[in-house]
Amino acid sequence: MLDVIDYGGGNTGSLTRALGRLEAPFRRAGTPETVAEGRPLLLPGVGSFGAVMEGLKARGLVEPIREAILAGRPFLGICVGLQILFGSSEESPSVPGLDVFQGRVVRFRAGKIPQIGWNRVEPRGEVGFPGGFAYFVNSFVAAPTDKEIVLYESDYFGPFCAAVQKGNVTAFQFHPEKSGGFGHGLLRRWIDAL
Amino acid sequence: MLCKRIIPCLDVDHGRTVKGIHFQGLRDVGDPVALGDIYQRQGADELVFLDISASVEGRETMVETVERVAEALMIPFTVGGGVTSLDRVKRLLGAGADKISVNTAAVERPSLIDEIASAAGSQCCVLALDAKKRAEGEGWAVLTHGGRKPTGRDARAWAGEAVERGAGEILLTSWDRDGTLDGFDLPLTRAFAGDLPVPVIASGGAGGPGCFVDVFREGKADAALAASIFHDGTWTVRALKEELDKAGIEVRL
Repeated sequence: MLDVIDYGGGNTGSLTRALGRLEAPFRRAGTPETVAEGRPLLLPGVGSFGAVMEGLKARGLVEPIREAILAGRPFLGICVGLQILFGSSEESPSVPGLDVFQGRVVRFRAGKIPQIGWNRVEPRGEVGFPGGFAYFVNSFVAAPTDKEIVLYESDYFGPFCAAVQKGNVTAFQFHPEKSGGFGHGLLRRWIDAL
Repeated sequence: MLCKRIIPCLDVDHGRTVKGIHFQGLRDVGDPVALGDIYQRQGADELVFLDISASVEGRETMVETVERVAEALMIPFTVGGGVTSLDRVKRLLGAGADKISVNTAAVERPSLIDEIASAAGSQCCVLALDAKKRAEGEGWAVLTHGGRKPTGRDARAWAGEAVERGAGEILLTSWDRDGTLDGFDLPLTRAFAGDLPVPVIASGGAGGPGCFVDVFREGKADAALAASIFHDGTWTVRALKEELDKAGIEVRL
């Protein structure tokens, strides 16, 4: 059983429909008690960095999620769910993130913003993940201090971090649930590794 | 680099796809879910479902159709047609649509765009704009009511206002080229895609691969939408994208 974190603001439907297609049992988790029960966590983030953090904060979920991650619980973040793993974002400078990874979240410096559409993603190094095309809708990207955590790279008027992975934490800047067979394959892989 | 997107468009009336679709070997050509799945398998990057029902019952059926489509599709899809209120937008998004396109209602009440962008985000809000070349003078005028009603309003100025209000994409249809297979309207597309800060989806006039190469290269379009060439079976999405790839256009294959 997976816990899809529901912080009120975001639309969890597209992720839960993908989990349904993958026949992965899940429930929506919106309270500190449910999050503390120890199940793998998925956090689909829609909206701004500040709105997602405020939504989590209002439900008392910030610390339970942070503690779960630091305790080694499997965690999958999507879109803003990746960005809030960092300490801060140019999008909402006054709002602190979960600060699990060192680095910043910055706005794209060129091109039409948001980036909307399919972009090629390439695994960095020899991690055994496939390359492919992924669907993005984002104006901001993470710039991790430790480049070793970058799982996928992509290019939008310059290279950017498309996914991170370290230990129990995996997060995609793109939307695997909207990225066709490639994205569903990545979700399948994460679920199978639990 | 971001790929150029190819987007088939399906017209839906009371939960059934209409407008002469001629796939071979498909038992139920009218089911939007079955058709959407075929295009998804062919490599469509997104789909647009346009509700052309003219009744309350038809509009209700559309919500159920969107739910069924959302269960099956692994790619983004936009729903448009007859969207006049934020309440309607929320119902369609709740049913699983990724984006909502607004057209006539936004011309009549532009604050609808602000409402959608503020409630659901600009990435959910697509302005569909039907443009017709002015008989006299320069530029293009906005048409509403499915292209039947001229408004006299300048199309490029309207697109600019819509973006300021929060529209995240522009679906730009050339009334002059729609259904002609004569190619996209390149000057029209370039006038919008060249300098608007949001993606522009070109529509109207798609014939063969050359039309798409032109609209991406010369028209600067970010995506292109077509109906007839896919429904008629003249081109599969995959065959089209293979031709674009050969021509050096970045596509998802």
